[in-house]
Amino acid sequence: HAFFQAWLNEKFAPELLESKPEVIECVVEQLDHMEANLKRAKRGDLKVSVHHMEIERIRYVLSSYLRCRLVKIEKFFPHILEKEKSRAEGEPSILSPEEFAFAKEYMANTETYLKNVALKHMPPNLQKVSLLRSVPKPNLDSFVFLRVLERQENILVEPETDEQREYSISLEEGSQHLIRYRTVAPLVASGAVQLI
Amino acid sequence: RQVLEEMRALYERNQADVSEAKLGRTDLIFLIRFRHCCLLRNQRCLLAYLYDRLLRIRALRWEYGSVLPNTIQFHMSAEEVEWFNRYKKSLATYMRSVGGEEGLDLTQDIKPPKSLYIEVRCLRDHGEFEIDDGTTILLKKNSQHFLPRWKCEQLIRQGVLEHVLS
Repeated sequence: HAFFQAWLNEKFAPELLESKPEVIECVVEQLDHMEANLKRAKRGDLKVSVHHMEIERIRYVLSSYLRCRLVKIEKFFPHILEKEKSRAEGEPSILSPEEFAFAKEYMANTETYLKNVALKHMPPNLQKVSLLRSVPKPNLDSFVFLRVLERQENILVEPETDEQREYSISLEEGSQHLIRYRTVAPLVASGAVQLI
Repeated sequence: RQVLEEMRALYERNQADVSEAKLGRTDLIFLIRFRHCCLLRNQRCLLAYLYDRLLRIRALRWEYGSVLPNTIQFHMSAEEVEWFNRYKKSLATYMRSVGGEEGLDLTQDIKPPKSLYIEVRCLRDHGEFEIDDGTTILLKKNSQHFLPRWKCEQLIRQGVLEHVLS
């Protein structure tokens, strides 16, 4: 199910992944549908409990997915907004329009706060601060576990130490690996690998 | 505030020296540079402290809900309260826009659901509590109840109820 894939990927990726509005819409519709069914069902029917449980579970995953994204948006807000600003026409956005609004509000709120409480009281040449430089960037070199969904050839792996040289590996379908996120980022985006 | 004062004093002294340096006293350059470093460090520390407080306040919204207990509000500056209110509003707008007509409360369902109903014990008197089928439960200290999980989540976080794991 594309939705669970997206949830796991988002959970384990160090950076904010592409927004998946169609998947979300589908899940929300399903939930609404199931809830309507539940309301119509007879009380005390065993199926009701099972369906109810299922609804709770799906709702949890959806909440978890969206929460995970919000946390990343808040954590890396200057970088995410910068990325969005410099996005090319036709390239998919990593933020949904609502997330974009939220991110902008968060940035404005924080900037205003810091300016009013501290910066405007500082000497003139120190009144501006670059949030882009001060807020840490996502660590793309962190290691992630993954399972290969589509066979990949010749993935270039960066050397870790000075003695190593870069080498290429092939990823067999179904195999599992522990690798630096940076190396496989495009594969996560395309769906060729699944983070676990 | 003290830090700001110190920064102001440092800056003024630096300014005086800058104008002197411009008049040709090159030996003051090092002192100016040193003071500038101090200023930058002060700025960084101050901003780090303030930003860390904001992050903690943000965490409060996720833990306590939209109304903060008075003891906590007492420790916040007016600007921090304003930041909190704006954050609350921004979050509410986002949550409303997601998940159908009513929106999705993202501060619920923090842990995966294990069962529909859970056993809870009341930690303090909370008065009457209504559940979905219309019945009301009286939440008195130390009483135990078997209630729907989703109704209890917020009360558990607020410390009114305690999940009993037998």
